[in-house]
Amino acid sequence: MFTELNSILNASPDSITPGELIVVSDRQSDASFLVHHFLSFYLRARCKVCFLGLVQSFCHYSAVSQRLGLSLTQAKERGQLVFLEGLKDSLSILIPQERNAESQAMDFLQDPAAGLRSLYEFVQSSVTGSGSSEDWGPPVLLVDDLSVLLSLGVSAGAVLDFSHYCRATICSQLQGNMVMLVRCSGEEEEEDGDEGSERLLKGLTHQCTLTLHVQGLPTGFCKDIHGQVEVCRRRRRGDLQHNQNKLFQYKVHDKGASFFARGTSSAVL
Amino acid sequence: MAAPVRSMDKTSAESLSSNNTSFQKKTKSKLISIPGTRPSVQNGQLLVSTGVTSLDYLLGGGLAVGTVLLIGEDRYDSYSRMILKYFLAEGVVCRHELFVAAAQDNPDDILQELPAPILDDVAIPKAVEQPRLPCEPRDSLEAMNIAWRYQNLPKVQSFLASSSRFGHYYDVSKTMEPEIRLASKSRNILRVGLHSLGSALWGDDLSCHDNPKHRHALTTFLYGLRALMRSSLSVAVVTLPSHLIQDRALMGSITRLCDNAIALESFKGSERETNPLYKDYHGLLQVLQVPHLNCLASQLPDHKDLAFKLKRKQFSIERLHLPPDLSETVSRVSRGELAGSPVSACGSGAPGTKHLDF
Repeated sequence: MFTELNSILNASPDSITPGELIVVSDRQSDASFLVHHFLSFYLRARCKVCFLGLVQSFCHYSAVSQRLGLSLTQAKERGQLVFLEGLKDSLSILIPQERNAESQAMDFLQDPAAGLRSLYEFVQSSVTGSGSSEDWGPPVLLVDDLSVLLSLGVSAGAVLDFSHYCRATICSQLQGNMVMLVRCSGEEEEEDGDEGSERLLKGLTHQCTLTLHVQGLPTGFCKDIHGQVEVCRRRRRGDLQHNQNKLFQYKVHDKGASFFARGTSSAVL
Repeated sequence: MAAPVRSMDKTSAESLSSNNTSFQKKTKSKLISIPGTRPSVQNGQLLVSTGVTSLDYLLGGGLAVGTVLLIGEDRYDSYSRMILKYFLAEGVVCRHELFVAAAQDNPDDILQELPAPILDDVAIPKAVEQPRLPCEPRDSLEAMNIAWRYQNLPKVQSFLASSSRFGHYYDVSKTMEPEIRLASKSRNILRVGLHSLGSALWGDDLSCHDNPKHRHALTTFLYGLRALMRSSLSVAVVTLPSHLIQDRALMGSITRLCDNAIALESFKGSERETNPLYKDYHGLLQVLQVPHLNCLASQLPDHKDLAFKLKRKQFSIERLHLPPDLSETVSRVSRGELAGSPVSACGSGAPGTKHLDF
């Protein structure tokens, strides 16, 4: 959990805004440090967390959380965290001889055209299931990352359907939160750009309440500033809807990240 | 078309059944016994050498076990193949198991071309010998008569190497003796080398069509490969003809599914070959992606302008330095021509034909 980001977003683990859909996106940069932030944030807030870790192994997330002062293994044992390790589960489908019918969450790999119903059912059962003795807060779904589903052959429409179902269940019905990471490549203006993830990002941005968009510096590579993040919050006040945009530069450290206004890096001043 | 040096099935089944992933922090006593590996200083990750010392340095000390390195091939696939051979040769010398797959030619051919190791351990790499400028004082202790303000500045070190030695040195002018490639131990690292993945010979249409029908076949394979690597003691190097793939979005998702990614661009066949700016080098090297494993921050290289050269016996990666302009009467025209090459002289990588006026 990065305290600086909390003050930027006006959030604290003590008070969670219900029904939020947060979209984290990046372009020619890496926004996965924000996923670690939200994971530790919601675990501190005593929410019931369902984490779809599709791109890295559990050990990676666990080691990073350890540095941020949290133990994922303990959270799993207490029933607070449900962790889907996509890499591990996909092996039993891609190499069928060691098939074990533990979880059907990654079954879409067999027939990507059929959609993500199995994955949604996994999410639904893990957020509604009350297998633990302790009473946890509102449910939270985190996905790292959604665009890898496109690489596995699922269509952008199916991923949007999946996120819409999840939003209906978690954000509306159970008043929880969702954080989704989408990674794009290429330029924004490009005509023949990334149709799939571009479409996915547009669709999610349309539904979300808060976006965090990470980019590299427009002026090029710098060792002391890793990039910039654009924070855009959508607020509904009556019928008037107004957006608030803020732009920060950031640097990722060993145990966190620092955010500062443009041009105020300690390397520059 | 695959030629496992030892039976591949056994290795993967063995390592999968022991249900630990290679991404755990290793305790020293347990794994220090595997030859040719060392723990990373940053995150305790177990590293193996790529065989190219300067590439190890760029990738933060070496390749982490359980990761995939993607090499974007140069146009004639000569230098990317060279790195792949270095990687395999290092595996042979460290007695790791090898798995080589290639579609274009027989994998045994690649194995027969491996560079010969220089096994006398005192051998100091020839790369240390810099191409000195004629005006540069031979002895750094010599007092400067003019420009004495620069006396105390440190010497610019353009070759990349870490202080401690890791990996071996090879002589690319000789090939390895076939006897060296035989023996192997029981519990060991498996090195996987996949040559020219995504080319038409693998039956992939990625490089032939603008809108490939099977655009998910390769990405799904790479996802499975990552899953397999993460759950076993193995490390993979994949070369890919990235210049053939038109779809940049697809290339982006391929890169993101690998952990490390570098791209080579050789001057061979391009007009840069004869450009006097690049006369010391054979091509440019880009580090596209470095992984962050078990930690938040990734190990970005502190220098982005890198070039490689193939000397008589050795392949090495260096920082790109432009030669000094020594001619006494520099006409505006020739300077304009020089600066007009796509990489501008200050190396920002911004394309354009701007003059450099300073």
